[in-house]
Amino acid sequence: MASPVTTGATPRPGDPTITPALVAEHGLTNDEYDRLVTMLDRTPTFTELGIISALWSEHCSYKHSRPVLRTLPTKAPWVLQGPGENAGVISIGDGLAVAFKIESHNHPSAVEPYQGAATGVGGILRDVFTMGARPIAMLNSLRFGSLDTPRVRYLVAGVVKGIGDYGNCVGIPTVAGDVMFDPAYEGNPLVNAMCVGVLKEEELIRAKAEGVGNPVIAVGARTGRDGIHGASFASEDLSEESEAKRPRVQVGDPFTEKLLLEASLELIRSGHIVAIQDMGAAGLTSSSAEMAERGDVGVTIDTKKVPVRETGMTPYEILLSESQERMLVVAKQGHEEEVRTILFKWDLTAEVIGEVIAEPVYRVTEGDQVVAEFPGTRLVTDCPQYHPEARESPEAVARRARDVHAIAPLPSEADPAWTLERLLMAPTIASKHWIHRQYDSTVRTNTVIGPGQADAAVIRIRGTKKALALKTDCNGRYVFLDPRVGGRIAVAEAARNVACTGATPRAITNCLNFGNPKKPEVFFQFREAVYGMGDACRALETPVTGGNVSLYNENPHGAIYPTPVIGMVGVLEDVAHATRLNFTTAGDAIVLFGENTDELGGSEYLAWIHGVVAGAPPACDLEREKRLIDALLESIRSGLVRSAHDCSEGGIAVAIAESCMADRAKATGASIDLGAWNALPARALLFGEAQGRVVISTPEADQVLAIAKQHGIPARVIGAVTAASDGLRITTGATTLTMATARMAEAYHEALPRAMQQGAAEPVAHDPAHIGVSA
Amino acid sequence: MKVGVISFPGSNCDEDALLAVVEQLDEEAVLLWHKDHDLQGADVVILPGGFSYGDYLRSGAIARFSPIMHEVVAHAKRGGPVIGICNGFQIACEAGLLPGALLRNQSLQFRSMSVTIRVESTATAFTRAAVNGRLLTMPIAHGDGRYTADATTLDQLEGEGRVVFRYVDADGNPTAAANPNGAMRNIAGIANETGTIVGLMPHPERAMETLLGSTDGLVLFQSLLAGMPV
Repeated sequence: MASPVTTGATPRPGDPTITPALVAEHGLTNDEYDRLVTMLDRTPTFTELGIISALWSEHCSYKHSRPVLRTLPTKAPWVLQGPGENAGVISIGDGLAVAFKIESHNHPSAVEPYQGAATGVGGILRDVFTMGARPIAMLNSLRFGSLDTPRVRYLVAGVVKGIGDYGNCVGIPTVAGDVMFDPAYEGNPLVNAMCVGVLKEEELIRAKAEGVGNPVIAVGARTGRDGIHGASFASEDLSEESEAKRPRVQVGDPFTEKLLLEASLELIRSGHIVAIQDMGAAGLTSSSAEMAERGDVGVTIDTKKVPVRETGMTPYEILLSESQERMLVVAKQGHEEEVRTILFKWDLTAEVIGEVIAEPVYRVTEGDQVVAEFPGTRLVTDCPQYHPEARESPEAVARRARDVHAIAPLPSEADPAWTLERLLMAPTIASKHWIHRQYDSTVRTNTVIGPGQADAAVIRIRGTKKALALKTDCNGRYVFLDPRVGGRIAVAEAARNVACTGATPRAITNCLNFGNPKKPEVFFQFREAVYGMGDACRALETPVTGGNVSLYNENPHGAIYPTPVIGMVGVLEDVAHATRLNFTTAGDAIVLFGENTDELGGSEYLAWIHGVVAGAPPACDLEREKRLIDALLESIRSGLVRSAHDCSEGGIAVAIAESCMADRAKATGASIDLGAWNALPARALLFGEAQGRVVISTPEADQVLAIAKQHGIPARVIGAVTAASDGLRITTGATTLTMATARMAEAYHEALPRAMQQGAAEPVAHDPAHIGVSA
Repeated sequence: MKVGVISFPGSNCDEDALLAVVEQLDEEAVLLWHKDHDLQGADVVILPGGFSYGDYLRSGAIARFSPIMHEVVAHAKRGGPVIGICNGFQIACEAGLLPGALLRNQSLQFRSMSVTIRVESTATAFTRAAVNGRLLTMPIAHGDGRYTADATTLDQLEGEGRVVFRYVDADGNPTAAANPNGAMRNIAGIANETGTIVGLMPHPERAMETLLGSTDGLVLFQSLLAGMPV
């Protein structure tokens, strides 16, 4: 491993001496430190230690996850850019492309929800517009603990306001997402933000430093002392001390972001630059090192030339600051003035801070003094990779094996309407209008279907007949109970959601939220969930174009549910086919695609009504999911479908109830006969979460059934849409559920506002198995 | 008709307004940069939605000092039509083109939703093609939309028929429940004395196409055409 280049750097006066304690404080293991010394062939300077601490943090290096991530499928003819860039890019035809990515901001949001969430939005926006794409939509995937806790309500309010204030100000509509609540996320909320942008294929730009002599330019906001070591903070478990790390959370300025967005797009289109990258996690350090690594060139940076917000900042601080709304640009030599002119138009600064060099080194100077120097691109490529032990926890095995049918129904459940009403009030199921109404979802005038109206959002592409369907999804409970199956379901459900609007699922981005990978049971969850996602992505032809891994989502009470959030992008060839989830016309037939089966395991019913997280999650037949999607899309494109809604949390009863009254102003009733499945236990039939099912309404049932048959998908007319005054009526053979539409609507639409006011209704029963060791 | 849409650095509905005019009305429109002093011969000025200069101080408080606003005020004084939408309404109030102020929503939260407003006056450049009492549905998206003025000003506005739009329920009644931001007297939009300047919080430029859910915003722009010399 001897380096071909001798590097030298001098400690600055006042730099702390490198001691084992200082190394440990920087989160490096002894082995990792030894690797660094071997690479340099000398003791590192304090600045170098800081750089490596950031670049080799889990957040930047993926050192525990990369070998597993490599198993994911990433290619398809329509994929223009797979993982490894600021964002993935797919072609959608007509010379147009879509750039999209999802990223976590969990740790910052846990200690400072408003700024944590806001800067999460800012970071993902920059990742997309640095590809040359104009952002057109934002999504968010959020997980919180129980709303009974004042702390959780504070987190929800802060996160939602942070997301809203940032996106609203920049003027990008927030159009969809998913929000779930479970005590497993009590100390560790998940805040995953996804951005989607559109570009012309020829305007695609990559963050690859090129051209010896080309200037490296810092653009946008000045560098301050905020967010130093944010990347390292995101790479450790949360603890009582985390609150004290609030200063590591960055502060966002959406107005500057808006200026930076416009200026960056203008820069990219001007042809004066060769590469551009957000100074995100680990700031200047990672952006410059990664751009150099992609271009396989050397780079030199002078920290004295970096515009700073305060005096006396050391190179260490300047390199590791995570001040927001900054970009690193490699311009064409001799075009510096043109770059400055564009930035000046937007009242932003641009300072040349370094240069692309032929010499294979990564060098940082402070004026004339070299304070850090690494051979070639090895500070990125020499990062260790780990293959941790993976072993399923006996607890998970026991939970999965539990016979959930043995759980006795509560006396109140004798009336299934009682159960349905409770489920409609469960925060995970209830309307998220309280959240959506704080997000501008209609700015840019492309939102055909906004939040809460369909299984995915639909955004038209101006100048074409096309539209995008967008959705995030993941049921962490399924992944917890069976990571491989749960990983498959996360992708399959997101694909099904997108297909319900009439779009072909095309590609995914993912945000893998897990606990501490050094624990064998956590790494098992991670590996198996990724394998499951890979299975589904291959079967559904939705390759992975990038994403983000967030590990160490743990606090003293334990790890979160393993939550691999999927961000799915689908394409509608004709926006006229955009389909919502609400029934529209009394007299329409209601048809079920798919099969009802006896699967209660991992259901919202068990968790919310009985306080039990156990049983095997529903089976996921990927080959059948693909055929279901094909049948659905053919039916929709033939103009036969008035509404489509998949069965997910709360099962078929909740799906039908939502189709009746999710659009409260245009509510309907429904009359349903599930007698064909009277052999199933009524509660499994009504509230079980069997996969691969979609409820559609149609005036042409025969034609729809014929299409389903061609695709080999079981389908059956289960009832008809009725007037709102008729309410909901579902007979299962053994029992009949009747409920007024207004009562369903009240339960579904008022639950979250009420919970945010006064705390959620208590789950009816508390099973000790929910929090302790499984029964 | 030539429409000039002002682009402040933090405007984010400027392009929407421009496209509404060009694509849905087939009329000419140009973006006017905030640092310029030239209205480029625009017959009508739109102050669009957004966050003009970040609005960290007070919505629209800084925008009124921008170079282009000098020209907008001059245009308004000449009797040229000006419409302020959302942030543009806030700017028009800050610039003294319209009375009153837009305060933080009563809920203290941003509100993004579809609202129903009732046309209260057709004696303005932007409502003359509408019918009094007609209900219009269009989106709102704002944090500072609570229209506020002293009682004398409110009475004067009412007396002179300068309340142009009011938030109402589906039946056309100005109820508290139909008021999304706590605006005094459910006021969603007002006009100046001559009806040439209108400010409103809802977004007519987002309600121009059936595909996007409503075409009720069209009437504001059609009113302009109705008043233009052919």
